[in-house]
Amino acid sequence: MTTVETPLRRRKGLHRTNRLLTVLLALATLTVLVPLYVTVSMAFKTSEQSADGNAFSLPAPLNPASFAEAWQLTRFPVAFGVSVGAAALAVLLTLLLSSLAAYAIARNWSHRFFRWSMIYLLVALFLPFPVVALPQIQLTALTGLDNPVGVGILHAMFQLSFSVLLYTAYLRSIPIELEESARIDGASTPQIFWRIVLPLLGPMNATVGIFAFLASWNDFMMPSLITSDPALQTLPVVQNIFQSQFGTDYNVAFASYLMAMAPTIVVYLLAQRWVISGVTQGAVKH
Amino acid sequence: MTALPTLPAAPATQDAPVRRAHGGRVEPVFYLFLVPTLVVFTAFVVVPALIGIFYSLTDYVGFGEWSFLGLRNYTALFSDPRILESYGFTLGFALVTVVVAQVIALALAVALTRRIRFATTLRTVFVIPMVVAGIVVAYVFNFLFSNSLPALATAVGFGPLEESILGNPDLAWLSIVVVSAWQTIPGALLVYTAGLTSIPNELYEASALDGASPWRQFRSITLPLVAGFVLINTILGVKGYLGVYDVIVGLTGGGPGTATSSVAMTIFGGFTGGDYAYQMANATVFLVVTAFISVAQIVATRGRAVRL
Repeated sequence: MTTVETPLRRRKGLHRTNRLLTVLLALATLTVLVPLYVTVSMAFKTSEQSADGNAFSLPAPLNPASFAEAWQLTRFPVAFGVSVGAAALAVLLTLLLSSLAAYAIARNWSHRFFRWSMIYLLVALFLPFPVVALPQIQLTALTGLDNPVGVGILHAMFQLSFSVLLYTAYLRSIPIELEESARIDGASTPQIFWRIVLPLLGPMNATVGIFAFLASWNDFMMPSLITSDPALQTLPVVQNIFQSQFGTDYNVAFASYLMAMAPTIVVYLLAQRWVISGVTQGAVKH
Repeated sequence: MTALPTLPAAPATQDAPVRRAHGGRVEPVFYLFLVPTLVVFTAFVVVPALIGIFYSLTDYVGFGEWSFLGLRNYTALFSDPRILESYGFTLGFALVTVVVAQVIALALAVALTRRIRFATTLRTVFVIPMVVAGIVVAYVFNFLFSNSLPALATAVGFGPLEESILGNPDLAWLSIVVVSAWQTIPGALLVYTAGLTSIPNELYEASALDGASPWRQFRSITLPLVAGFVLINTILGVKGYLGVYDVIVGLTGGGPGTATSSVAMTIFGGFTGGDYAYQMANATVFLVVTAFISVAQIVATRGRAVRL
């Protein structure tokens, strides 16, 4: 999505830059940077220093020991692994189910069954999780899915409507001639899907994947309600031990928050062009 | 996301090639592509929803025997101050937050697409909140609201904020607005940036020659041309805000008292509180309210939104 970049550049080169606006925007970034700074600096303080409640002071002396304690208290490797597993399942299911369904719908739009299926799937676009939460908690418990697998499946279910919508709209922009000539060459529909359609869907796969990943990875509500075994909770959910445990040191809590936030921030900063174009694609491709 | 309003256009572009390819008959393998998705969606989403609606007509407590109550759960809802309060809080919170978040997101997007230095770097920073978990952000802000803000207020002698706003029944909701907006502005910002960069620069240059002020340009060019994006952002935003939960858990836990209990929190209480059927009636009403608000927004703004 270089279209976002080029006009910015072109406008920049055309006239003098607006200094005042640049300064104002830089000041506005403090609303993002200050909470992040507080998290990092609190995490490196000693218990004594963090107890004074001054969020903005620099850590003196620097104390990295909080991370080891947070690592153990939250059983970080387990929670991280559970989060990765649930998010991976959610992303894979979302990509697979919604691209196949969207392909079938887009190529058979003239048939009532496929049109109505689309409307049926879109119903969930306006269905908040709390509405179905209580029966879902019961059903997942009954079927043995009250664990990260169930969380991954349910996360995928709540991404379906939006993803099918994005894929169907995108499929309309792909010329059908490619598929038709492959068909004349003797390719079957499944072959056409895997070899031609799925690669063509590349940019939309990225968009759908990013949305599905962020929604699953950062969710607290669903895993906290669905997963019955506290040992199998995701990274955001295990952070609550610092709220319930009395006398927990702030430095340990913030070290844990930092470890929970860092993975996505680091990945985002490394791949920011790709992430932003992926998200933007969902908004403007059509 | 703009696919939402343009969807009905699909048949016109699709019909002809499909008929040519299949002669009006559906190749069976397409059912194989679609039906599994329909089945899991039905099993995991639609069936639970129907079960919930069914139990909302009973006195079911989550296990054991039950009998039909008819609509008695529903009539009880409308005279339950706890329920009414949660709807009042949730609707008010969603309204305030969507206005705050959209105004800031649009202002930032307009500023970021002007002739400024470091536009890409600044945008990168503004988008960071999108990738972090709401609950963790809420915990961090919880510390700031309960320690740093009162300390700052005391230092400058500003009375109303010297006590933590999280413990103040009249002000606690503001903390939830702040954190929810903080978290959702980036998504809206990206949508607006995409919308703004698609406006031809010539429009601004021509109007500048005619002597239009920046504010006049914003009102007469920018705003009408991003109206479609405002609609999408507002609909998705309101739907998200109505289901607010994570941020409240991290900030106030619904308190003080029940001052910041959202509808979602009240519903979840039904699983431990023994009023399962009652809360399912609440969930059903919530579904109707959410759907009504979403549809009303689409109907009210359709046609007025100018699309490029």
